[in-house]
Order: sequence, then structure tokens, then C-alpha cells
Amino acid sequence: MTDVAKPIAPPGGARITAITSGKGGVGKTFVAANLAAALARRGQRVLVLDADLGLANLDVVLNLAARVTLHDVFTGKATLDEALQPAPGGFSVLLAGSGLVEYSRMTPEVRDKLLDVVSQVRPRFDHVLLDTGAGISDVVLFTVSLADEVLVVATPEPTSLTDAYATVKVLATTQAARPMWLLVNQVQRKGEGRTVSAQLQQVVDRFVNAGRDAPVMLQLLGEVPSDAAVREAVQRRQLLMESLPGTAAAQALALAAGKLLPHE
Amino acid sequence: MNVDPAPSLVLPQAGQTGLRLDTALALLRQAGQAEPAGEPGSAAYLQALIDQLVDLSSRDALTGLANRRNFELALGREVDRVARSGESALLLMVDIDHFKRVNDTHGHAAGDLVIKAVGQALTDSVRPMDLVARIGGEEYAVLLPNCPAAFGPQVAARVRQRVARSMVQLPEGPTLQVTVSVGGAFAPQWVRSTPGIWLQRADQQLYRAKAEGRDRVCLEPSVVTAVSASERDMLLGNFQIQDPE
Repeated sequence: MTDVAKPIAPPGGARITAITSGKGGVGKTFVAANLAAALARRGQRVLVLDADLGLANLDVVLNLAARVTLHDVFTGKATLDEALQPAPGGFSVLLAGSGLVEYSRMTPEVRDKLLDVVSQVRPRFDHVLLDTGAGISDVVLFTVSLADEVLVVATPEPTSLTDAYATVKVLATTQAARPMWLLVNQVQRKGEGRTVSAQLQQVVDRFVNAGRDAPVMLQLLGEVPSDAAVREAVQRRQLLMESLPGTAAAQALALAAGKLLPHE
Repeated sequence: MNVDPAPSLVLPQAGQTGLRLDTALALLRQAGQAEPAGEPGSAAYLQALIDQLVDLSSRDALTGLANRRNFELALGREVDRVARSGESALLLMVDIDHFKRVNDTHGHAAGDLVIKAVGQALTDSVRPMDLVARIGGEEYAVLLPNCPAAFGPQVAARVRQRVARSMVQLPEGPTLQVTVSVGGAFAPQWVRSTPGIWLQRADQQLYRAKAEGRDRVCLEPSVVTAVSASERDMLLGNFQIQDPE
């Protein structure tokens, strides 16, 4: 729709959302890519930055060849503009490239380079999604520290819940307070996301929030139903929002993306 | 002190395979270790020899403590272990206060005695599973796996006090007493980190202990991030009750 005016970037630059999960394999990158596509459909200029340095998956999910990567930018072989590439869903990506394995552990050098990249992209987009690595590492903690808000992706199974809780706890105790979203992926029945969220919040209240000035409040961004269409899209390496936008999972993601828009 | 020149030992087998073992054997003798048992040049003999050399190359020659190389390996393993297990581990950096004065006043031989005595006091102040290493001139590191954050201050205080209480008797008469400054940091639980960053954090606390007047312990304030059994129970137990199928 060409008559929809492109929103201008917020005064401070793009809103930065760090997407993380305790456990790997809960669909973090899938969620990042599809949220980005949903936001792009709403007229947002969106960048997904593969901050899972060295263990990149975004190129696989989006079926993109990592031609010029963050690695090239870090090593001075390419400019940031050369590394920014368009993704199928109408948003931009900055791929890490497998050469970044050496950066998967935090050093002052990686810190400076990441900081530099993020400050360069911030004025150019409305929304930047930082797809962080699974688990908690110095890189993940630093990435989160660059973000305005955090989105924790979890599934309703014990290992994912425990790891999501550990992540929330570590972030709450080591990082400055910032809004924390929860997205529950692969739910088996409607309302399960609400149950999981309430359960996590109850434990957070008891063990993390006790005696804290600024209590951690998890906000449920959404629940995405377990859907055969998702597996199909993932296997075909297509964006759900593009290939099967009418499915329950795609609609749930669109609804979740709406909550990340300003004034909604 | 005279060191006997190592007699050149020519092994028939070794000769045939072109192995040159004289330097290795001389090193073992210098370290006071017996020559490996078994037929010289046999696999068992060579394995024993390698094991002895590995041991030698991971120890500090003066104190017999773990050396810096050994310590760095252990630190790397511990960082990975803590990231997986969520257990708490404490790293202490220990530095002898005003060590230069000992050397300047009583000579380097006295300095060596002090370094050995402090090493012994450190070893005596921790559990057998803990690793005590000499990582620099008068600097030591103590790695304490599975050390809960709540115990940190007491453990570090015990280490400092044990050193302060030990007396070093010099051959010429005087008895020396030295103090140490101790800096410590916990490995962040569940967090994949690097040995370098952990070491740096503990080192910062050591600098702080020195700057605040020495003979003291400074620990980085720790955050408890492990998920306890009661947290798990509340997280998963109730969840299963509410969500039976």
C-alpha cells in the first residue's frame, strides 16, 4: 500500500527488542523473523540483527545466502550498508555469518563492535529485533543491555519453562529494569500461554521480586498455537506470514506484533 | 649449589627409534622424581615418563602448586561446568602484601621461603577439591568449585587469616609474618562466560583490596541466579496441577 505513509523513526531512533529464550529450539528465530514480517506489513521499517554470533540460524530460517555478514563488517572487509540485506518479508536482516564463532564469547572488542553496529542502525529503522543466542552468555547479556525491551520465547514444557525462568531471573538481577515480554510458542490449547505466564509470574513474585524496588512484571505478548502449517513453512524455509498468513499461528503472530507497535 | 651433570643415558630401544630422552630424565631427576619403572623405551615406560613430564609441566617449581598453565585450563573447565550445571564457583586472587620489602630486607632466599609458606597456608585453608595455583611472582589464585555465594565471605576470610597466622622461620634467625590481600568473584551461574572475564573481575577486587589498605578481602557482590529446588517445584509442580493433560 503506497498511500500508507512510512512512519518516521522515533526521536531516539528505532525501538530495540532483544529476543531471547533460555532453551534452544523453542522457535526463537522463527518468532523473530515472523514478528519482523508482521511489523513490516504494518508499515514499520524493521531490521533483524542476528546477534547469535557465530551460531547463526537466521539465514537458514529465511533461506538467505549470507553474502556479506557482520563478520565482514567487524573485520573491516565490508561496510554496514553492504551487509544489510533485504529479507522476503519486507524487512532487512544483518546476518552474523559462521565466521563469527570466534566472537561467540564476549571480549571488549566484540562489545565495541556490536555497540557500534547497533548505534549505526538505530536511526535508520523503526524497530530493530536482536535475535540473541540460546541460553545465557555474556554476549546475550550485553545484547539485552542494548535493548529497550526483552522478549522471552518459551514453550510450555518443563525444560523450556525452567530455562525461561532462569533467564528472567538472571536478567532481573544483572540488568537494569526494562519491560519484559513473554511469548509462549507451540501451545497445545487456547489459554495455555496465559497459564504459563501466570505461573512464571507467580514464581518471579515469590523469588525474584521479593524486596525489589522495581518488580519484574512479565507481559504476555501472545501465544502461538502448535500448528502443522508452522512445521510445513519451516521445512520449506518460508516465512509463515508470507506463505500461510491465514493460519492460526500466523494470526497469533500478527496479533503479537501489534502489541509491539507504538500506541497500541 | 652444584647440580650433577646428567649422565647421558643411551637406551638401546630409544636409540633405534631415535628417541632422545636424556633431557627429560634430567628434568625428572632435578625435580626429585624417580626414573619411570619398566623396560626403558617400552610403551609403559614412555607413558609413565610422559605422565611425569605432564605433572612437572603443570606445577610451579618452587611451591609445587598448580602453575599458571594448569590454572588456566582448570578455570576454562570450571566456566563451562558452571554454565551447564548452574552451580556456584568462587575464584580468589591472592597477593602477598609488600613482598618487595621481604626481598629487599632479607634477600631472595627468604622471599622464596615466604612464597612457599604462603602457598602451604593457602592449601591448608581450603578443601582438597579446591585448586591453589601460583600464577605470578607473589600472586596466587584459588579456584573453589561448588562454593555457594553465602559462604564466600567466610571462606575468603579464612584464607586470609590462615596466611596471616603462619610464621616463616628464616635460617638466620628472624621469623617473618606476612599478610595477603584477597579479591574474589563468583562465576555467574547459567551464564556462558570466559575465563578471562572471570579473572578480570576477581582481579578488580584484588586491586580494590590493595587500594583500601591491604590485608583484607574484597568480594564482588554476587547475584544469586541459580534455580533452586523450591523454585522449580513451584514453577513446574503447580503448572502440572493446573494443566493435567
